[in-house]
Amino acid sequence: MSELKTRTITLNGVETRVWEKGAGAPIGYFPGFGGTPRWHAFLDELAKTRKVIVPSLPGFPGGGLGHLELHNHLDWVIACGDLLELSGLSGGDLIGVGFGGALAADIAAVFPQKVRRLALISSYGLYDEKDPITNVWAQRPGTVQNVLCAKPERFTELTAMPNDYDPTEWQIEMVRASEAGARYLWPFGNTHLDRRLHRITQPVLLLRGSEDKVIPASYQEKFAAGIGSNAKTATINGAGHLAELDEPEAVAKAILDFVK
Amino acid sequence: MKICWFHLMPYTDLPEDFQKKHSSVWVDIDSRLFDPKRAHHMYNDFMDELEFAADCGFDAICVNEHHANGYGLMPSPNIIAATLARRTKDTAICVMGNSLALYNPPTRVAEEFAMLDCISGGRLIAGFPVGTPMDTCYAMGQNPSSLREKYREAHDLVMQAWTNPDTFSFNGRHNQIPFVNIWPRPVQQPHPPVWIPGGGSVETFEWCAEMDYVYSYLSYFGYKAGLATMNDFWSKMAELGKDRNPYRAGFLQFVGVAETKQEAMKIYKEPAEYFYGRCLHVDPRYAMPPGYTTEETMRRKYQSQVAAVAQKGEEKKAVSGLGTPADMSIEFIEQEGYVILGSPDEVAEKLREVAINMNVGHLMLLLQYGNMSKDLTNYNTKLFAEKVMPQIKDIFDDKWEDHWWPKPMAKAERAVPAPTTREAAE
Repeated sequence: MSELKTRTITLNGVETRVWEKGAGAPIGYFPGFGGTPRWHAFLDELAKTRKVIVPSLPGFPGGGLGHLELHNHLDWVIACGDLLELSGLSGGDLIGVGFGGALAADIAAVFPQKVRRLALISSYGLYDEKDPITNVWAQRPGTVQNVLCAKPERFTELTAMPNDYDPTEWQIEMVRASEAGARYLWPFGNTHLDRRLHRITQPVLLLRGSEDKVIPASYQEKFAAGIGSNAKTATINGAGHLAELDEPEAVAKAILDFVK
Repeated sequence: MKICWFHLMPYTDLPEDFQKKHSSVWVDIDSRLFDPKRAHHMYNDFMDELEFAADCGFDAICVNEHHANGYGLMPSPNIIAATLARRTKDTAICVMGNSLALYNPPTRVAEEFAMLDCISGGRLIAGFPVGTPMDTCYAMGQNPSSLREKYREAHDLVMQAWTNPDTFSFNGRHNQIPFVNIWPRPVQQPHPPVWIPGGGSVETFEWCAEMDYVYSYLSYFGYKAGLATMNDFWSKMAELGKDRNPYRAGFLQFVGVAETKQEAMKIYKEPAEYFYGRCLHVDPRYAMPPGYTTEETMRRKYQSQVAAVAQKGEEKKAVSGLGTPADMSIEFIEQEGYVILGSPDEVAEKLREVAINMNVGHLMLLLQYGNMSKDLTNYNTKLFAEKVMPQIKDIFDDKWEDHWWPKPMAKAERAVPAPTTREAAE
């Protein structure tokens, strides 16, 4: 496996970090709550056989203040579509988790040529008031990891400050990541994706952790029904909402088998 | 010195075990605790208290806006202000205020404030709060990431609506209106004085300086905790080349006056402990929606915490204004300065010190709090007006002019409410 490479691209005038590791056909990753503040085990699993490209979403770690340039959902979808082009992911396979899933799904629906195969893990984008999503922005301070992961320490490790970082700036970046998600998903995560799911014609894998405390199981069925016969579903036992943090090997295997 | 009488209108019948059985006084407070027939009496008592304060000679009576809140029963303060405009004569009416981003479109605020200014003959103070996270983001669903830009845009729209004599179109990001032309227009020209309630963020200091608005620090935690913020405010004014006119600022303070301090500790114990216990029992899950606090303010806050830790070698407790310490006894409340309690002379001396040390020309006083009865509220109000007010009224007036006070129509020009009775008409 090759070393982790860092590139900088410019998206809407904002310097944006792109991480890349491995060789083979490219596969992209749009993360969930908290973004990708550090490279983690799941990405290494993928990089054993594929070139993994992780562009920073606007406002998420590495994405600067790019979220402030985006004022509506169309802005977000176009910006993240451009992000695929600029980071060398266009036409490749794409993984979207939680917050990132809502954008990945919309890009697949609106710009079908940009995505070959799509893997969604507990994606946002729909909302059912009879079976509501847990509000990740209404958790008591210091407890959000308990709803995000079956192994909460995995999220704590992901967001722990690196040794060489300014503590103030690190805290601000972590809040900014949450704000960036809120900017396009507040308050329910409902982007009315239900109206566009039928436009997704690529093969889609819908994954969900069996212990997901954020998005109820019924949403996986709603996604599958909305997309149609090109969607298949699978459950990752023992994983929470950010399933790839809880069970990196199992999630990577399911996705790599699917995109083969 | 201007002395303003402020009412939050707290629900006075929260049960004794409220903190044990309920998670929050705000946002998801249990509506089954609300008895509308009791609220009928509360509202009427509260309005009586405000009118009594006006009658006692306070410079202004103040109301504010909260939503889904057990200590603030005014989702629409303008409704209360309208009754006060009719029932009071000379007192300024301070609406502190309308959370601009919550009005769709915000021309509604320009219209209603203009109505109030007309009805009252130019006695309105127009407050424009951003609104708390609990009110705006959770109870009213606003996006914390765009709340402040929406607020600023709404402010610009209201100001243009008040000051542009021609019909105009407004092409904003959050509001697009083809014909803005409010009718009525405010009595006070170019517009009523604008006061901005704030929580200590430096951007708000700067904006008030730039716009020449009053900055009013509405903290429930008294002068001891508030001094640092007001010092920061005046440092920023100096940096921006603004004078130290104390009327640029307002500060909220709870007060309880009695014949002696001992008596004050005794009679205000229950309402103060009710407020700082039951009324401030806010679930912290609703305190920090991401993006509500600007990054610059976060940066200053974190840095001051890091500095405090370095200096004291201990973790400094963050003053978030939320979450109540376990022991909210009257002794603690008094000792921390949350409520100033004492005899008229003691209270006057303390308030003089507060006003001068903080350099604040507009004292916003809470003389009713928690479940304080109408009788006790009126006692507090009357004793304050008779024995405290005369001792502090003169502060600053020899040196500074209040440019941020309403300029009503001359008294002789103003209407006197005179509804004709049916009997008289016959």
